Amino acid sequence: MFRLVLRNLLARKVRLVMSSLAIVLGVAFLSGVLVFSNGLSSTFDSIIKGSTPDATVRAKGLDSFDAGTTGTSTATISPAAVAKLAALPQVAAADGSVDGNGMSLLDDHGDLVGGTGAPTLAFNHTGGVNMAGEPITVLEQGTWPGPGQIVMDAGSAKRAGYHVGDTVSVLPPTSSTQLKATLVGTADFNGGSTAGSTLLIFDTPTAQKIFLGGKDAFTSVSLTAARGVSQTDLVAAAKKVLPSDFEAVTGDQVVDESQDAISQLLDVISVFLLVFALIAVVVGAFIIVNTFTILVAQRTRELALLRALGATRRQVTRSVLAEALVMSVVASTIGIALGWALARGLAAVFRAAGLDISGRVLTLDASSVLISYGVGIMVTLLAAWLPARRAGKVAPVTAMRGDLARTAAPLRTRVIVATVLFAVGAVLAAAGFLGAPGSQAAWVGVGALVWVLTLAATSSVVGRPVLVLCRTVFARLFGASGRLAGENALRDPRRTGATASALMIGLALVSTIGVLAASLNNTVDDIVNKEFTSDFLVQSATFAPFPTSIGDQMATVPGVATVSRQQLVSADIVDHGNLDTGQTTTLSGLDDAFTGIYRLEMKSGTEQLSGNGAVVASDLAKQRGWKVGSAFELAFPAGKTLDLTVTGISKPSEITGPISARLALIDQAGLQRQDTTLSIMLAPGASAATVLPELKKITDAAKIVDVYDKGSFADQIRGQVNQLLYMIYGLLALAIVIAIIGIVNTLGLSVIERTREIGLLRAVGMSRARLRRMITLESIAIAVLGAVMGMALGLVIGVLLRQALASKLTSLGLPLGQLALFLVIAVVVGILAALLPAARAARLNVLAAITSE
Amino acid sequence: MTLEATTETTRDAAARAVDLRKSYGSGDSEVHALDGVSVEFERGAFTAIMGPSGSGKSTLMHCLAALDAPTAGRVVVDGTDVGSLNDKALTALRRERIGFVFQAFNLIPTLTARENILLPLDLAGTKPDKGWFDTVIEAVGLADRLGHRPAQMSGGQQQRVACARALASRPAIVFADEPTGNLDSASGAEVLAFLRRSVDEFGQTVVMVTHDAIAASYCDRVIFLADGLIVDELDRPTRDDILAHMTALQDAALKTKAATDGTGT
Repeated sequence: MFRLVLRNLLARKVRLVMSSLAIVLGVAFLSGVLVFSNGLSSTFDSIIKGSTPDATVRAKGLDSFDAGTTGTSTATISPAAVAKLAALPQVAAADGSVDGNGMSLLDDHGDLVGGTGAPTLAFNHTGGVNMAGEPITVLEQGTWPGPGQIVMDAGSAKRAGYHVGDTVSVLPPTSSTQLKATLVGTADFNGGSTAGSTLLIFDTPTAQKIFLGGKDAFTSVSLTAARGVSQTDLVAAAKKVLPSDFEAVTGDQVVDESQDAISQLLDVISVFLLVFALIAVVVGAFIIVNTFTILVAQRTRELALLRALGATRRQVTRSVLAEALVMSVVASTIGIALGWALARGLAAVFRAAGLDISGRVLTLDASSVLISYGVGIMVTLLAAWLPARRAGKVAPVTAMRGDLARTAAPLRTRVIVATVLFAVGAVLAAAGFLGAPGSQAAWVGVGALVWVLTLAATSSVVGRPVLVLCRTVFARLFGASGRLAGENALRDPRRTGATASALMIGLALVSTIGVLAASLNNTVDDIVNKEFTSDFLVQSATFAPFPTSIGDQMATVPGVATVSRQQLVSADIVDHGNLDTGQTTTLSGLDDAFTGIYRLEMKSGTEQLSGNGAVVASDLAKQRGWKVGSAFELAFPAGKTLDLTVTGISKPSEITGPISARLALIDQAGLQRQDTTLSIMLAPGASAATVLPELKKITDAAKIVDVYDKGSFADQIRGQVNQLLYMIYGLLALAIVIAIIGIVNTLGLSVIERTREIGLLRAVGMSRARLRRMITLESIAIAVLGAVMGMALGLVIGVLLRQALASKLTSLGLPLGQLALFLVIAVVVGILAALLPAARAARLNVLAAITSE
Repeated sequence: MTLEATTETTRDAAARAVDLRKSYGSGDSEVHALDGVSVEFERGAFTAIMGPSGSGKSTLMHCLAALDAPTAGRVVVDGTDVGSLNDKALTALRRERIGFVFQAFNLIPTLTARENILLPLDLAGTKPDKGWFDTVIEAVGLADRLGHRPAQMSGGQQQRVACARALASRPAIVFADEPTGNLDSASGAEVLAFLRRSVDEFGQTVVMVTHDAIAASYCDRVIFLADGLIVDELDRPTRDDILAHMTALQDAALKTKAATDGTGT
């Protein structure tokens, strides 16, 4: 029996290659994503482990803040305290570190390097070692920096166009004056990669001058344990001599904290990519179901002969499944190899975006390979199972009968089941709106999933009107060949429907995302129109804080009446005096001018800030149970705390954080004063056209911020939304490519099946060109069916999801232009998919075709 | 210019083959399906091509009908030398000047009877002649079946639709390949009667390949093929004449086979 399976596979290799391609692509995407994700996390692991010393002494309270948090602590530790640490018998070395956040590197043309991707890490060179006793940073070229000198990572030097000996420009976080330093070497983290971060390394006095205003102090201390001393003992010893606002933590704990913080981000990336990989696999499964159904139908007589010769039902079913198994193993193997290449491609894309992942870590690990094989084989076998069962049901007598009329079970059962399922989906979605527990969007999502599957199963019935319309249009436009194409698309509705369903899934997702993106853009426009009440806004693209000197400069520009400053900092709401379990939120420090420009919609209390009063957004107030007059405590990265009293409760707003307080309190919180946004009002009679260029001059010199008016601000946000949208479209493109393969496959098999008919058409006078057109039109009908079903469903799901998210997406947007474009793309997809089958049909010899069996 | 000349000399015949040869394979295994056949088909006549299996009768018809290209020799259909045509012109020739009736699988399953009949006209983009269409439909007796699909019709009805399609474009010549081969005798008689009537009443030219003496007896003329050559011809034959000729040919073939087998071993 197994030999027969192999023979069958070889005899039908061309037909199988196409359906295998669907699995190959799905598995390739999946294994590529797995390999890439592993590479990503091992890159970060090696950096984290390679750059963490045995123990770290740091300002208290820092642990609960993730990397990249806003607000820089001003707490420092004195050299005397470091010396005390170094003198401990358990300590082999205590290296005082000066770490600075928010420094920017400028390239040789004075433009910002990186900036939007990974962070820039600036610190002093200490020669400290990591937990494994290896140096944390490794010099690649040149020497370590002395006064007025700098060392940076090789990648950044290359990107910025600097060579050893060049003068390098950097922008410090607290001043808008560029600093110059001579590049004397390049260095990387021990492990080779910096994961896209920029490393700027100074000598200790220079670092102190830049970040601590020249004060001889340190922001943290790296401890190296003496021989035989454990991390815990080291920390215990250090704790005894520490100043009260500093703490000592073990290297292991720092690694854990860093990994937790990083893995959150990495998980988002991995899950995001995995979702698209799974979509591709599911679409591939549709192709498999369809191909095997057609192959089994075409082999009915052969299968019947097997049954007549004494094969049991199970043997026949198993022979079809065995074919699927062999095919899936081969296809998965190719897919995994391709996935490895794809992972390198993904890494290259991320590298271009500023996150370098060395090729070394992109290896095919056992778990990626096993998962990829598992998914590839399981999905194929599951997909082939239905057709295989049908193969087993072929009656032996069919072998003797001449006619192979396919006895299609009535579609009525399908319609009934579908109607019920559709209702189930609707009930699920409705449940979300009617207050079932959990998020409304999740309920709609589950309902949508049911709908997608139902539509896929009933496309043969639901899609009929679309196909009938296609037939009418084609017949009117192209006469006989058009009508024949329409009829061909209609003759086996299951086949057409199943083929179109693969495309439907892709387009349903694309349209759903399209609706959400359009709604988001509309909402942004609304918010900007309503809340952007200043004349200009100054911000960095990444929302990073910038020096207050920029605002000082702007205030002096003629025509500027008011510059209002806002600084956003991370803060923990302290629960019952417990510092560690607090909820992290954002505090907006607002100056007095703020209320002169913006109006918050108050629910109670006043929006005027005074003393330790705070305005709290109503959702947070509700969650915490705060009323006007409630007192609460915030903890900050420097370990300091602030006692605040609620003086007003406002509707949530995009212009401030959930908690607003006076800007002056930022200093009291032990944080560096910087600005996050500047709101600028023109003096009466001043013209925006003359002031804007002056402001632009300042932002151009400062590099890290931009000035926006209403229009450009909305454009910038819309640009970010669209960037994400196009990325999602790009990832869904693979699902659509797989769907195209499905159409090619179905058409190819149909051409084989209709060889005689094609011969007859040619004999009675259909030209090759018309024959090609007929097949192309059939292909277009399938593609348009998939597109129309997908877009209709996607619109419904998108509108419902928007409704479920109405508190965030306040305005519905329908991307009608995009939908029209999708329809055009569907037609193009149809034309492309028909190229091969049409060429094959046109090549058929008329006489051979008409006399074929 | 050559076309002009050809047209001049063959105006009398609907189709003509000159020294037609068709061989398959090469060297020792070369088989001559047609070994130099020259024949003319007069306009307004119903001709049968008969012969034992492997005699080349189907190959002859395929070459005459521009479905197959001969190895050597010329085929002229309605004054056009088929050998000089490219695929596009051949397609147009088949569509406009030749009608086909095959033994089985004559109709496109997705089209109704009416659509099948009008298919060649649709493909040519010409409007059907209403009067002629009605005449043909009346003659095949299918007026009440025009909206049916092939699957809803009997084999005889399907063949009659095929005949109507062959005539719909008023071709110069209709080729029928065993049109009654798959039919019961009553249905076959209906189809043959219709073909006969199309010759008598409409002046059609019909060439039919058959191995059925009864079918051939409807014809004006019967050509007998054996081993790729025309070996005999009968005018206005009776069924018995035909059977006698067939038997004689069969015997001759058996003798030749026995002789070659004998020398072979």
